[in-house]
Amino acid sequence: MSTAFKLTMAIMFAMTVAACQPKPKPTEPAPVSEPAKPVVTDAALDPSDYTDARNFDNPASLLSKRVVYFDYDKSTVLPEYRDIVTAHSAYTAAHSSARVTLEGHADERGSREYNLGLGERRGNAVMGLMSAQGSRGNQLSVVSYGEERPVCRVSDDTCWGQNRRVEIVYTTR
Amino acid sequence: MKKILLVLVALLAAPLAQAQLQIEIISGNASALPIAIVPFKWEEAGPPPVNSVDEIVSNDLYRSGLFKPLERDDIIEQPYEEEDIRFGTWRLLKTDYIVIGKVRDAPGGSGHELVYQLFDVHTQERLLSQITTVGEGDLRFGAHRVADAVYEALTGIPGAFATRIAYVTSTGLDKDQRFELVVADADGYGPQSVVGSPEPLLSPAWSPDGKKLAYVSFEKGNSAIYTQDVSTGARELISSGKGINGAPAYSPDGTRMALTLSRSGNPEIYVRDLSTGRETQLTQHWAIDTEATWSPDGRTIYFTSDRGGKPQIYRIPAAGGSPERVTLSGDYNSRASVSPDGKKLAVAQGKGNEYRIAIWDFENARFTVLTPGKLDESPSFAPNGSMVLYATREGARGVLSAVSADGNVRQRLVLSEGDVREPAWSPVIR
Repeated sequence: MSTAFKLTMAIMFAMTVAACQPKPKPTEPAPVSEPAKPVVTDAALDPSDYTDARNFDNPASLLSKRVVYFDYDKSTVLPEYRDIVTAHSAYTAAHSSARVTLEGHADERGSREYNLGLGERRGNAVMGLMSAQGSRGNQLSVVSYGEERPVCRVSDDTCWGQNRRVEIVYTTR
Repeated sequence: MKKILLVLVALLAAPLAQAQLQIEIISGNASALPIAIVPFKWEEAGPPPVNSVDEIVSNDLYRSGLFKPLERDDIIEQPYEEEDIRFGTWRLLKTDYIVIGKVRDAPGGSGHELVYQLFDVHTQERLLSQITTVGEGDLRFGAHRVADAVYEALTGIPGAFATRIAYVTSTGLDKDQRFELVVADADGYGPQSVVGSPEPLLSPAWSPDGKKLAYVSFEKGNSAIYTQDVSTGARELISSGKGINGAPAYSPDGTRMALTLSRSGNPEIYVRDLSTGRETQLTQHWAIDTEATWSPDGRTIYFTSDRGGKPQIYRIPAAGGSPERVTLSGDYNSRASVSPDGKKLAVAQGKGNEYRIAIWDFENARFTVLTPGKLDESPSFAPNGSMVLYATREGARGVLSAVSADGNVRQRLVLSEGDVREPAWSPVIR
C-alpha cells in the first residue's frame, strides 16, 4: 500500500473520529455574571436550595462547584468536599431525568494504567456517596481518564493537587 | 565520552507532520570497542542512497554504547575485498575491528544484496562473512541487519537494531490537543502515524510477530482496546465494555491477550482467547489489578496490584491460580516489562515524588536502580535484553530515553515538538 494512501486513510479516520466526539465541554464553566438576564423577576434565589437549577450558575451555591479533589494515591472523599457531593446528590435525587458522568483523574506520577484504575476508584467513591444520598444508579456513570487529561501541566505539588480530581459533569440537567 | 548529536535526517517524505526522534548519547561506555565500518562499495545500477549503509551501521553500533566507530574522515583507505585490507593501517588508527562490504542488486529481480565481512585487525582473522538480502525499499533495514550481525559476532548477544519502536505523541493543548500512535525504526527513522485522535491513546503493545499493535483509545469517550495491523491499517475493536478496558498484552505465542477490565466494579486481569473471543477472569480482588505482562514461556503473568496497600508486582499462573507477590522492596513498583530471558523485570519504581526505572533480578531477589530521573516510567526491554526504553520528563515535556541493562549507557530520544511517551520496543522482525 502506498504511503499516500495510508496517509489519506489516517486523515479520513482521524476526521471520522473527530466527528464522533462529543463537543469538548468547558472545564468548570466560569461563574460569569450574566448581564443580559434581568434578575429578581423569579422567586428569590436560595443558594442552599440544591434542587434549584439556577444555582448551577450561582457562585454562592455549592451546586456551582463541580470538582472534588483527592490526596495522592487515595480515593477517599475528603471532608471539605463532602458538602459539594451532597449538593449534587440532592439535585439528582430531586430531578430524576438528570444524568451525571463522574470523570475520575489522577496526577502524572506512577504508571498510566494504574492511574486509570485510580481515577475510576475516585469516580466510584463519589458515586457511592451520591448513591447513599439519594441519587439513583441509572443517573450516575463513571469514566476514568487516569492521568491523560491534566488541567495543570507543571510537575509540582500544586499542579498534582489540581489534577487528582473527579469532575461532576451533567450530561442532562 | 564526548557528546555527539546524531541528527537523523528524514530522507523520504515521512507521512507525519512532526519531526522524527533525535537520538543523543548521554553517557557512554569507557571501554567501547574501536571499530571501522568502511564505506560499502555501491555496485547497483541505480544511484546510491543519501544515507549510506556504512553510516547506518556505524550509527547503530555507536548508539549501543558498546562501540566507538572510526570517524568517516579518518577512514583513509577503502578496501572492499579481504586482499585489499592493509591491517597495519588500521592498527595505526587504533582500530580493533574492521567491516568491509558491498551492495549489489539482488539476483533475479528487485531488492538489494549486502555482502560484508568482519575482521579482527590484530589477528587478521575473519570473524564474519555474510550476505543479507532485503527487498527494494528495505536497504536501511538491511543495514540494521548488518549491524545486528556485527554486534552479535563481537558481543555474543543478538543485535536489536533491525527492530521498531512504537510510542504515543501528544501535541497541542486543550481543544487542540492531539494524540498519535507512531511506529518508527529503532533508530527513530521513518515515523509513521498508525492512528491519530483528539482523545487519549495509550499502552501500545506489539504482537509477537511484530505485525500488529494493541492499544487503548478513548475515541468513544471511554477506554477501549483495539488491535491494528501496522502495515495495512486494518483495525479490530477488542473490548469496549463498561468501565476500564486497558493494558493489553499479547501472549508470546500470539493466540491470547491479557487485558484489564473493570466491568465487575474494579480492575481485574482477564485472558482473552483471540480466536474465540472467550475471556477468562484471572484475578479477583477489590484492589487495582492491571498492567499484565507475560513470561517468555507464556506460563506466568506478572501484573501490578495495590492489594497490599501500595502498587507492587505480583505473578499468577496464566492458566489460573493464586497470585503471589514478586517485588519485595520499594514503596511503589508498577508496569513490569519482562527481560527476554525471563530472569529480570524492569519496573517504574516510586519513592516519594521520584520515579525511576529499576530492575528486579529474580535470582538474587533485589532491585538495581537504573535511571536518575524524577518521573521515569513505562519501561520496555529491547528484544535482546540489552537496553530498556522508557519515558521520562524534561521540564514540562515528555521524552523517551534508553538505558543499557547494566545502567552504563544512556541515550535520549527527543521529538522536536510535543510530548512523547508510552514506548514499546518491537520483537525482532524476521
